[in-house]
Amino acid sequence: MWMLAVRDNRDRVAFGRLFDHFAPRLKAVVLRSGSGDGQAEEIVQEVMLTVWRKAAQFDPERAQVSSWIYQIARNRQIDVLRKENRPVPEELGYEAEAEPDASRVVAVEQESGKLRAALGALTPEQRMVIEKAYFGEMTHQDIRDDTGLPLGTIKSRIRLGLERLRHELKGLRDE
Amino acid sequence: MTQIVHHVPERLLVAYAAGTLPQAFSLVVAAHVSMCDECRAALEAHQAVGGALLEDEPLINLSGDMKADLMARLDDAVPDEPVYRRDGPFPAPVVAAMKGRGPRWTKLGGGVKQSILSADATGSVRLLSIPGGQAVPDHTHGGLELTLVLQGAFADETGRFGAGDLEVANDDLEHKPIAEPGPDCICLAATDAPLRFRALVPRLLQPLFRI
Repeated sequence: MWMLAVRDNRDRVAFGRLFDHFAPRLKAVVLRSGSGDGQAEEIVQEVMLTVWRKAAQFDPERAQVSSWIYQIARNRQIDVLRKENRPVPEELGYEAEAEPDASRVVAVEQESGKLRAALGALTPEQRMVIEKAYFGEMTHQDIRDDTGLPLGTIKSRIRLGLERLRHELKGLRDE
Repeated sequence: MTQIVHHVPERLLVAYAAGTLPQAFSLVVAAHVSMCDECRAALEAHQAVGGALLEDEPLINLSGDMKADLMARLDDAVPDEPVYRRDGPFPAPVVAAMKGRGPRWTKLGGGVKQSILSADATGSVRLLSIPGGQAVPDHTHGGLELTLVLQGAFADETGRFGAGDLEVANDDLEHKPIAEPGPDCICLAATDAPLRFRALVPRLLQPLFRI
């Protein structure tokens, strides 16, 4: 797994692979929010640099690499557009374990696979609304009105993930 | 800590994850998530949706030298970023918004105090401290208001709110929160519009205190 090689061994080859996979996709996301080509590439560079620097915070028992990078990318783009740091939640007292629990990592992967399948089953119109919401194209009015977000079909997948995550977080608190 | 019963509505969590929530509301959501495992888990589930969508994005060509540029920057010195931790009733993101300094209270009368953390065209966010048993002036809202209890508790027409609970008030809610007897009730309150107090005198004071 590339991300763990980056986290634990500072492996540059693995980081290059992560870059090859995510940078072109991240550029697509950043371009959606109206950044020009040059600014988009700057933001993608900053995102990937943050991935390198904050690798120690990555926890494969709680999230897939794509979820973790998604949030870094959203934070980074907001910081650039608003020119101020976005408030982020308190870090949990998490320390990377050398050997992540394989069964938990597999559970995260399985859920992510099912989530993608659920997303794939959306109609094109539903898909468009979901993409708008998660890639930052909602207006303030959309957010206030609470209408039109067709979470229904993917909600059951989110709920399943929630149960597992709650369990993980409880474990972190109890340690 | 008491059980948290009032959580962040799903649409606000999605907007927070996506970064579309105005800064003032983002601070309240980040503070609540810091106190609430349930909403932290929900936020991480929404991040998983974002991650799944990211995987499905089309590949856009990068400039030829972009990767080499980045690889050359991996050894750059990492800029120092202050790390803020929880301080008493204030979760880390609130401490960060105060830049590590404590709240600078100004008196509003009747023992009620406020400390404005930020105020601009998109909204404002402030800390409010209300003595136990005391009422907050009657007011209506011109917009959306999020109120997170950090310490103590208050109750109004819609229910009881203890530490970690979040009240979401819309344009039409006219409420009269009263702090529970006991320690001062400290809240983090964000709005996207100026509050309008109904009584004449507080309304005249409004520009003065920015409440």
